[in-house]
Amino acid sequence: MKLRYFAWVRERIGKPEEEIEPPAGIATVADLMTWLSHRGEEYAHAFENPKVIRAAIDRAHVRGDAAILGAREIAFFPPMTGG
Amino acid sequence: MAATIRLQREPFDAASEAAKLRHGRRDIGAVVTFTGICRSDESGAPLAAMTLEHYPGMAEAEVARHVEAAERRWPLLGVTVIHRYGRLEPGEDIVLVVTAAAHRQDAFAAAEFLMDYLKTRAPFWKQIEFAGGEKTGGKIWVDAKSSDDELAERWTRPGGGREAAE
Repeated sequence: MKLRYFAWVRERIGKPEEEIEPPAGIATVADLMTWLSHRGEEYAHAFENPKVIRAAIDRAHVRGDAAILGAREIAFFPPMTGG
Repeated sequence: MAATIRLQREPFDAASEAAKLRHGRRDIGAVVTFTGICRSDESGAPLAAMTLEHYPGMAEAEVARHVEAAERRWPLLGVTVIHRYGRLEPGEDIVLVVTAAAHRQDAFAAAEFLMDYLKTRAPFWKQIEFAGGEKTGGKIWVDAKSSDDELAERWTRPGGGREAAE
């Protein structure tokens, strides 16, 4: 699946997107955040406070307990500040 | 009802967008035009510029979802939403919402509803650049305000917000 990062999540991780295959057992968006945060210092920094991170699956907002099975694109970003 | 939704780097002309929305119509009794503008200060600190990042594809879809929600809630006769992205300097326009209806209450309420949701649900992020560069703090990402969340939340409460005019 493709992961996309925006705003300070993108800056902390150091790239706008990447392809990943999470191991079996990573079932939800929250699981994925925990798994990602162990991939290195930059990920640990980006996900240090997972409560504030928002997520979208295939371009629709989801909560942390959303299942990632079948997702093509998952995005992580800070709370939005448009308008 | 056909809505116009555009995300663009270029400036927009609020007056001509409002004129386009009502052109040739005789059923429209009220047009509300809201323009959000880049201010020259953030909490008292002078601003050099603001850069808006967005999530292409999702931003359009999210704006369209909220325009549809507004259409279900109020009897609207036209909606235009234009949101800019990229680097904007103080005094430049950021966002435009135009709503048209037979009665003003519906046009006002729908415009306010759309702005409240654009601020909290549309995937845009503002980064501000302070005047004077690194000495004055360089660039920071704007923090989401809980007051904006509360404004968006009120539309979901029973009897919250303002309902369609009689």
